[in-house]
Amino acid sequence: MTQVSETRPDADQAPRSASRQQRGGRPPSFLGKTFGMDSLKGTLAKVVLLGLVDAFAVYVMMMLFISAQWPVLVVAALVTLAINWIYLRKGGLPAKYLAPGVVFLVVFQVFVVLYSGYIAFTNYGDGHNSTKADAISAIQLTAQKRVPDSPAYKTTVLKKNSDFYLLFTGPDGAVSIGSAAKPLTPVVGETLDGSGKAVALPGYDTLNFSQILANQTEILKISVPVSSDPAQGSLRTADGTTAYAFKPSLGYDAASDTFTDAATGATYTDNGHGAFADKSGQTLATGWKINVGFDNFVRAFTDPNLRAPLLGVIAWTFTFAIASVILTFGLGLFLAVTFNREDLRGKKVYRILMILPYAFPAFLSGLVWSGILNPQFGWLNQTLLGGAEIGWLTDPVLAKVSVLVVNLWLGFPYMFLVCTGALQSLPTELDEAARMDGAGAWRVFRSIKLPLLLVSIAPLLIASFAFNFNNFNVIYMLTGGGPRFTDTTRDIGSTDILITLVYKVAFGQGTGRDYGLASALAIVIFVIVATVSAISFKQTKALEEVNS
Amino acid sequence: MKLPNTSAMPVSRRVFTLGAFSAVTAVALSACGGGSKPGSGATATAKDLAAAGATTITMWVDAERAPALKDITAKFKVDTGIEVKLVVKDFSAVRDDFITQVPTGKGPDLIVGPHDWVGKFVQNGVIAPVELGDKAAGFSATALKAMSYKGSNYGVPYSVENIALLRNTALLPAAAATFDEVVAAGKGVVDAGKAKYAFLVGLDPKQGDPYHLYPLQTSMGSAVFGLTADGGYDPKNLVLGDAAGVAFAKKLVEWGDTGSKVLNSNITGDIAKEEFKNGKSPYYLTGPWNVPDLQKAGLKLAVDALPTAGDKPAQPFVGINGFFISAKSVNALATTEFVTNYLTTEAAQDSMFKAGGRPPALKASFDKASSDPIVAAFGKIGQNGVPMPAIPEMDAVWNDWGSTELALIKGKGDPAAEWAKMAAAIKSKIGA
Repeated sequence: MTQVSETRPDADQAPRSASRQQRGGRPPSFLGKTFGMDSLKGTLAKVVLLGLVDAFAVYVMMMLFISAQWPVLVVAALVTLAINWIYLRKGGLPAKYLAPGVVFLVVFQVFVVLYSGYIAFTNYGDGHNSTKADAISAIQLTAQKRVPDSPAYKTTVLKKNSDFYLLFTGPDGAVSIGSAAKPLTPVVGETLDGSGKAVALPGYDTLNFSQILANQTEILKISVPVSSDPAQGSLRTADGTTAYAFKPSLGYDAASDTFTDAATGATYTDNGHGAFADKSGQTLATGWKINVGFDNFVRAFTDPNLRAPLLGVIAWTFTFAIASVILTFGLGLFLAVTFNREDLRGKKVYRILMILPYAFPAFLSGLVWSGILNPQFGWLNQTLLGGAEIGWLTDPVLAKVSVLVVNLWLGFPYMFLVCTGALQSLPTELDEAARMDGAGAWRVFRSIKLPLLLVSIAPLLIASFAFNFNNFNVIYMLTGGGPRFTDTTRDIGSTDILITLVYKVAFGQGTGRDYGLASALAIVIFVIVATVSAISFKQTKALEEVNS
Repeated sequence: MKLPNTSAMPVSRRVFTLGAFSAVTAVALSACGGGSKPGSGATATAKDLAAAGATTITMWVDAERAPALKDITAKFKVDTGIEVKLVVKDFSAVRDDFITQVPTGKGPDLIVGPHDWVGKFVQNGVIAPVELGDKAAGFSATALKAMSYKGSNYGVPYSVENIALLRNTALLPAAAATFDEVVAAGKGVVDAGKAKYAFLVGLDPKQGDPYHLYPLQTSMGSAVFGLTADGGYDPKNLVLGDAAGVAFAKKLVEWGDTGSKVLNSNITGDIAKEEFKNGKSPYYLTGPWNVPDLQKAGLKLAVDALPTAGDKPAQPFVGINGFFISAKSVNALATTEFVTNYLTTEAAQDSMFKAGGRPPALKASFDKASSDPIVAAFGKIGQNGVPMPAIPEMDAVWNDWGSTELALIKGKGDPAAEWAKMAAAIKSKIGA
């Protein structure tokens, strides 16, 4: 309803020019003066709110300081300073308006966009999940194998002069001690508990469980070689009460940056693709994230399993988005015009009923429709079509039709709403004048109402196009993109649009997650949508100029 | 934009109030979103707590498995003073969240889930091996085999799950052995007008369901992967496409839409359960998770051995639920203590069974739980089962496998050609 003054060209000209004159007539210093004289209440509110902001900011910065997050700390400090400066200084009203919005924009839009952009140039995904250092420590961790047939040692943690020692009781009752610095040596004079486990040694303090927990990082690091023969492994404890002899099946050499297999002697070197590989190209399980340049974009358009369906998917995405906009707008407008009659009774009831589909969450409707369209048990085939087994969601062509119909059902209420609003804002005089001149209902609609409507609705149609272009819910919940194409090994199907394809690539239905490729495809989608929208908005502007 | 003199001041004040409020929120959000890492902060906190004689373990669990753990974690806190914080996450997201969160230091110490996650976890370097020592002897061999990956044990098992053939004893009092006999017996009930379907299994009309059909496939001698020397699955040896597999593919066509229609891809899991519950079929191929609802509906159930379609035993996939320790746990010692020394006890496994209803993985606890004939029967079938492959390559198998089985059930394409195409597609993906 706010569109009333916007869409009525003559009505909104007047106040606009009036305000322009008013503003122009004032001395320039006037605005500054106004904001310099806050009332007491205003100043109080300002102080309290800014105080809260600062208190919170200080808390956040303390936490950041404790966890040594220096770059974030600096950014947080700068943001806090900027906020204080903006709201404490006199004047600068635009900044006071804009600051919160800009912060939100940076956090929720700019950061996300830049981050996706960055991911598109990496191989982030399954097997390339973290940094190289993490990968190396993960490989080292998993390479620790218990020495076959080696016994379990009952273990007690001791402490002497702030050094930690492990007291081992072997299966034969032999007691020995060792630490990170001290090799395994037999001891005498130990105290045994009821089970025969050595629990104390003169000259050492025995740690209780909470003391062990408090020093777990150091204790977990202790590795005591069983003997000078490395094949017998080193004793380690993971729980502070039992120790086993472990030996690494892979050894890492930091100087040459290679892993060597202890059994076969094969060496694994950094293969430049974020993994350690031997000469035959066999890689170790865990890799790391690296920058791969434009590889993901190249792959998106050259991988035969992706390329062949990609063109089909792009074509269908456009068809789906454009057809959805035209169908929903057509039906919405038709209903809006129909229900806009002054003399229609029960208009409100009809309108509420119309809006219902819009009130359901789209993903829920998708699932419900998927049930309705089940070939054998669905309500549509069973009740309406007398048991006909029509594969609404399993036939490639029918699935596309079904998706469009369901999306029409979901989307027309929105168009109905906005068209009703816009129609009601059209001046009735135009209608009367046209009829006086002898124009029929269609002529009035075609030549007067529609062009006027389009001025306000066209931007919404473009938005609707952009929305449907990425209408994930309907596709994913209704068909999951299926039925599958037969010419690709990837899980891509007839009703897949780009965004569901990206989801399947990212969250791995088949080949593991590939965030890098998915981000690259997301950027491609962004470019397409941005281009189409930019061109359309330019057209709309032309439309507006013609009309005004 | 009319700003008459008199209202100028109130407007600016309101704007200011709003602005300041948004700024509070903005800073709050930027603090959360801007990359502050509670994980590394938690290092300090955990240490302080531990020094005071208390500490916490964070465990991620999905809503379905959470009830089983509430009692036991409360008891652990009483016994040791260590608090286990259960964070309930969405099952479909918990695995991937764990993989992405662990490297950032924001992950939990512990995660609960099915064993077939292990391969992906190891591939991404997010879990640490667990040495069970002599406690391993208490667990069933299948459970231990499932938890081990590339020669190391990665999880502590707590429950075992597999499918079986449920029979409505009101409709069919006697058991049958082979699939043909099952179908014939079921047809007899249908012909007598007492039921609508001879046999029910929930399939997905979009994806098929190779998991439920696997016992039939193994009974014909077809498997997915060959085995390595140490008994694990060998990703380089995809045997799915062999002659036995093709024979199974031909059977699928025989059972499908163009044949006897025993398998109906329009019957989803929900529909199958509903129809069986309403007494519309004597047989239902499903897992223990559906049993409580069926019993509530007053059905008298018998659990039959899985029917065979060939001359080999019908082996279902066995899923083992277990606990996995994060590779970057800041509280690894307490977590290991909880998982290896506390959760492996009979009392703990009993308690988890009592609260969660999943058959325990510890043999002693399972024997107790077997006083329930349904649990005992499922367990007996599970002993013949094979662990669900945990290797990451398995991810690439499900999709093609399911859609090919679906196409064959619908009678589309030549079984030999389709099956070979599927095997080739999977091989090209996993590089076998």
